[in-house]
Amino acid sequence: MSRWFWLLALPAVLPVLTGCENVKPWQRGTLADYTMKQDRDPTWEALNEHIWFSRETAAGGKGVGGGGCGCN
Amino acid sequence: MHMRFNNIIRGSLLGLGLAAGTAAQAEIKVGDSFPALPGYHLEGPLPASLAGKVVIVDFWASWCGPCGESFPAMDELQKKYGSQGLVILAVNEDENKADMEAFLKSHAISFTVVRDAKQSLVEVAGIGTMPGSFVLGRDGKVAFTHNGFHGSETKKQYEQEIEALLK
Repeated sequence: MSRWFWLLALPAVLPVLTGCENVKPWQRGTLADYTMKQDRDPTWEALNEHIWFSRETAAGGKGVGGGGCGCN
Repeated sequence: MHMRFNNIIRGSLLGLGLAAGTAAQAEIKVGDSFPALPGYHLEGPLPASLAGKVVIVDFWASWCGPCGESFPAMDELQKKYGSQGLVILAVNEDENKADMEAFLKSHAISFTVVRDAKQSLVEVAGIGTMPGSFVLGRDGKVAFTHNGFHGSETKKQYEQEIEALLK
């Protein structure tokens, strides 16, 4: 590889690498917060489901088990 | 010049790899001695002596649903085996102390709770999921580990392990 390749590639790749963080199991307090739940508002959920059903003739199948906590 | 530049790149990548490897090795496994707790500046009083006791070190947080489910079971275990030499030490990992305190107000427990405010002990323990626990034998070595809490199934496992270690 030429030196110029690395000179161009490194500045492009390094910011991406520093932006990646492995969230450890004991650091998921924020992810487990109620406000991080997609289905926290039943009314919004019902309306959304209604729109989805009328457009796609299908319902459900989008739930996620375990929540943001990632416990167990 | 070209060679030296390539060596710097290789060295940097190797460094990153080693750093990742070191982080992965910080996990405590069965057979290892559990680190001495006073070195981790845990908030709250530790039990007077853990020497010669069977100890469960349980890492938990208020935001962790299964942790809350495990508390009644842990409380029963402490009451059942405490007189025979079992000590349960629940290590809290909440970022905010108020969250832990609010949680403890609604959960009556008979075992010891301390707070790992800097998350330094859990970092060394390297648990795979929350809750995560280590069952230590009377020699202070890790005899069993647990990842998560799955109701009566996990409680039964704890009972079998505790009874084997208390003999």
